Amino acid sequence: MKNFNVHEIRKDFPILSEKAYGKPLVYFDNAASSQKPQVVIDALSNYYTHYNSNIHRGVHFLSQKASAAFDEVREKVKSFINASSEREIIFVRGTTEAINLVAATFGRKNIGKGDEIVISAMEHHSNIVPWQMLCEEKGAILKVIPMNDAGELMMDTLPALLTSKTKIVSVVHVSNSLGSINPIKEIIQQAHAKGIPVLVDGAQSSAHDVIDVQDLDADFFAFSSHKILGPTGIGCLYGKLHLLENMPPYQGGGEMIQSVSFEKTTYNEVPYKFEAGTPNIADVIAMGAAIDYWNSLDREAIAAWETELLTYATQVISKLPSVKIIGTAKNKASVISMVIDGVNALDTGMFLDTKGIAVRTGHHCTEPVMIRFGIVGTLRASFMFYNTKEEIDALAENLEKAISLLQEKQVA
Amino acid sequence: MSGMSDIEKEIISDFELFDSWEEKYHYIIELGQKLPKLDEKYKLEEYKIKGCQSSVWLNGEEKQGKLYFSADSDSTFVKGEIALLMMVLSGQTPESILESKLEFIDALGLRQHIAVTRANGLSAMIKQMKTYALAFASQAK
Repeated sequence: MKNFNVHEIRKDFPILSEKAYGKPLVYFDNAASSQKPQVVIDALSNYYTHYNSNIHRGVHFLSQKASAAFDEVREKVKSFINASSEREIIFVRGTTEAINLVAATFGRKNIGKGDEIVISAMEHHSNIVPWQMLCEEKGAILKVIPMNDAGELMMDTLPALLTSKTKIVSVVHVSNSLGSINPIKEIIQQAHAKGIPVLVDGAQSSAHDVIDVQDLDADFFAFSSHKILGPTGIGCLYGKLHLLENMPPYQGGGEMIQSVSFEKTTYNEVPYKFEAGTPNIADVIAMGAAIDYWNSLDREAIAAWETELLTYATQVISKLPSVKIIGTAKNKASVISMVIDGVNALDTGMFLDTKGIAVRTGHHCTEPVMIRFGIVGTLRASFMFYNTKEEIDALAENLEKAISLLQEKQVA
Repeated sequence: MSGMSDIEKEIISDFELFDSWEEKYHYIIELGQKLPKLDEKYKLEEYKIKGCQSSVWLNGEEKQGKLYFSADSDSTFVKGEIALLMMVLSGQTPESILESKLEFIDALGLRQHIAVTRANGLSAMIKQMKTYALAFASQAK
């Protein structure tokens, strides 16, 4: 086992030594976006300093260097999620675009009037709206796997939801607002038994678990670089090769073509067919640096530390008066969503901000989840391996102060 | 600055006493906690301004040519923002409410902090107050 020392690892992330209003920054908004290690920042800066150039088709030194660095990343992503071929990796802007791509290509081609799309009750808006748009266009029907009060999918309802009309299942691996880890492998097995492909929204899971798309047998897997220590504006869609090959192109433009004439255009092969235009070269390369960084870490030790952080935070936060944790699934990632009796989440979040503690408040782009629990929003603290128990103590202590300030005077 | 009312200038000078965001936060929370209660009969959908993170209920009433507001929110901080707006706008004539540019808001040094409520709630609140003013101004004619 490699060594894992949180205080050592924090040194890799320069932003963690920043101050907020002169106070040490406590960053608990990791589910929204992770912080970046210096190697990722350097990769971005090196690219622009030393070899910025448009890639492919360039005959000159810079373009060749940039092309090689860019192309290498597809191989890195392939290993990161254990795809069987680097041709199965499509670079997109992020999870949102990945899902939209599948809806616009696979969906438009294969889903028609009266067909069904199955999602779950805990989807992010980005895994609801693209399918609703498709349903509207095609006259298809959206069906939802319900969840229980703990925030666990009610798996006993799944067999009846998967019918001969179901054309795709698109489910989140780990809920961003509840932290629930869904039994994705079982969902995939049940869907496959009926010949239905499954898209996995891996925006949260890719930041915590080792992803093996072959072991999951996922047909599509979507994730964003910025949640896995990489830069914003880039992400990946994994798709099984035979599915990708049968999908129409996404956007038209350069790079995605083989030949163009006014009479007929033929398309480039997968994955380039889906990557029209100059790609996000710098961010792809820096995402590669993020993956290299993950590979330098002991993933098991990290997962153990995150579990310890979650357990510790759950303990101390549960003890606070008037606090109720929303999302108590048995299998949970390091996310704590909470509501406080008689205290507004936004007011609490702003109070914590004055103390240099970054959390997120609101519906977290999962309004149906809030409706399910009869609340308008939560205060969410989400942890990454570089967080410490001391930071959790600071959160708990200041939550208590916020409660006494905001609750007490309201009564008076 | 010249277009600002004396009340706006007064609020700015009050805020100059605060060194930090933390102090400003506590002051705004205090204002919110002191905001007079809104009559329950106005806590209806038709008085509601829905924001992303908080809701506001706002009513405006005219008395002798002047417009008086009352409001509530599920967020104490937003109530504090309402209190600040009401100091400036409540009790003014519809015309001066319509003319007010509310330049004091930017002078409080709160811009980054209220961005979240501002984008969703504060500007909607101001718009609604001006809508009341417009309605009463055109009624008077």
